[in-house]
Amino acid sequence: MIALAHSLLGVDPLFDGGLLWTPLLIVILKVLVVFVIGLVATMLMVWFERKAIAGMQNRIGPNKAGPFGLLQTLADGIKLFFKEDLIPERSDRLVFRLAPYLSFVPAFLAFAIIPLGGDYRDGNGGLVTWFGHQTRVQLADPPIGVLFALAISSIAVYGIMLAGWSSGSKYPLLGSVRASAQMVSYEAALGLSLAAVILVTGTLSTSGIVGSQSSLGSWNIVATGVIPFAIFLISATAELNRPPFDLVEAEQELVGGFNTEYSSIRFSLFFLAEFMNTITMSAVIVTLFFGGPQPVSIGNTTLDIPLINNSLEGSIWLIAKVLVFLYIYIWFRASLPRFRYDQLMDLGWKFLIPASLGWFMLLAAQRLADNENWDQLIVMPLSIAVILVCFIFMQLAFRASAKNRESEGASF
Amino acid sequence: MELFVFICSAAMVIAGALGVVLRSNPVHAALSLVLTLFGIAVMFVSQEAEFLAAVQVIVYAGAIVVLFLFVIMLLGVDRAENLKTEPLGIQRPLAIVLSLGFVALLVATILQGRDSLNMRGDGLNTAANGDHDANIRQIARSIFSDYVVAFEVTSILLIVAVVGTVVLARKRKSDKDISGVSA
Repeated sequence: MIALAHSLLGVDPLFDGGLLWTPLLIVILKVLVVFVIGLVATMLMVWFERKAIAGMQNRIGPNKAGPFGLLQTLADGIKLFFKEDLIPERSDRLVFRLAPYLSFVPAFLAFAIIPLGGDYRDGNGGLVTWFGHQTRVQLADPPIGVLFALAISSIAVYGIMLAGWSSGSKYPLLGSVRASAQMVSYEAALGLSLAAVILVTGTLSTSGIVGSQSSLGSWNIVATGVIPFAIFLISATAELNRPPFDLVEAEQELVGGFNTEYSSIRFSLFFLAEFMNTITMSAVIVTLFFGGPQPVSIGNTTLDIPLINNSLEGSIWLIAKVLVFLYIYIWFRASLPRFRYDQLMDLGWKFLIPASLGWFMLLAAQRLADNENWDQLIVMPLSIAVILVCFIFMQLAFRASAKNRESEGASF
Repeated sequence: MELFVFICSAAMVIAGALGVVLRSNPVHAALSLVLTLFGIAVMFVSQEAEFLAAVQVIVYAGAIVVLFLFVIMLLGVDRAENLKTEPLGIQRPLAIVLSLGFVALLVATILQGRDSLNMRGDGLNTAANGDHDANIRQIARSIFSDYVVAFEVTSILLIVAVVGTVVLARKRKSDKDISGVSA
């Protein structure tokens, strides 16, 4: 039984004394807190996005409900609750009802593995003591860690896909077919850039990844050399179906995309899931590349917030870093025009996947040379040359295929 | 506790498998298949093979069944089929014979291998020594040392399959005129 708790919740010292009532209550408390944080953060994110976009477009944005319009999302939510719930006649009723939950639940699940705080300084490993029990400030720390996030994001495609299909009309179906192709393609690039992080840190567990990024120089964005981060950010945006990759719900072409036929509370579930996913993905990026709850520190000097204890400070750092990425996502939406569908696929398959694979090979070569005490000055130019040759071959292949297509004409 | 988890996940697997066979709508059948795959993932977790569970969800539920659904939706075969009509008469009796044979094979294997399974009970015991990544390390070691040839040959096989599919699906220049007329 303890072994099972270990394999579900990870190597958390919480269960070392056997499964007692207090640890169980702590776990239940954590679940509640994570759920509430998720909901409130989503509500604030919707407000933040509307307000920030309004600012960028020289408007005021929501300002009536509550101070600064903070309660606008709540008001919208209440309105959606009381609207009539429509189910199209040609829809597949069972799947139509199921789909919103399939996209809502994974959005929350992925939040479970994010380290939300705790003291990671001086090799503390983020452990805090609650009610006399040592534990981590995260719901679960499974041994597969980041793979769980990847698995959840691959499950999230079902909600969108089935919603579009079960609506029984053309535009949602087109939206969902686009969505599934896009999400499956970009998941490869996402996974490969994740592999670079795993290679550098040598562990899959999120708390382990955070623990290894103790100073600014060892943050994974520096340790993996920026490229995996850039690829991860781009493919995460595509995975979230956020602008400029929001072809799923391109309103000029597809009315509302996959959720055209949805109304009332079911629509609001999709809406919440989308924003929740944005927050979760930002938190994953911060955990993987920016040290999560680790404070900013260069060498031996740490930027310490006075008067607040270190484990609470972790949460403050995490929130600050996540806010930066939430703002970047809003910025993307306000400033970038939407991709065309073939451009989207070209970017994913012809650029991001080969680039992330090449960079991963380069990191692996560097690591191998390090382990075997080979001369880095020989190994690195050699591996760069090999990757360059591969790149040239690939470009030649693309050129040949483009020429073929031109001479044969488009074949549909 | 372990028995309870096993009963739940086994119920999931069996319910999903029955759904795949009995649902007449292909999309519902594919969703039942997802249920089965999830049940197996839960079993992996309860056997402390978390990596396999994650890969099970990412690869099978996240990619393969999504591609199934994709094809079902694109081809437009997503309406419930009439199971009364049978295009190939011999199909059903043959399927019954084959599945009975398969059940017999499985039972025979379990009966034969029961003792050796008990002997190797500590195969993936990772939680005991507190090593977070022992699971992955063990799998990596066996894939990249003992079975490296089989692993590489499998990847070549997959590439050959992909290239073959592209070659088959590509229209040749001589076909173009015909298709142009019919369109």
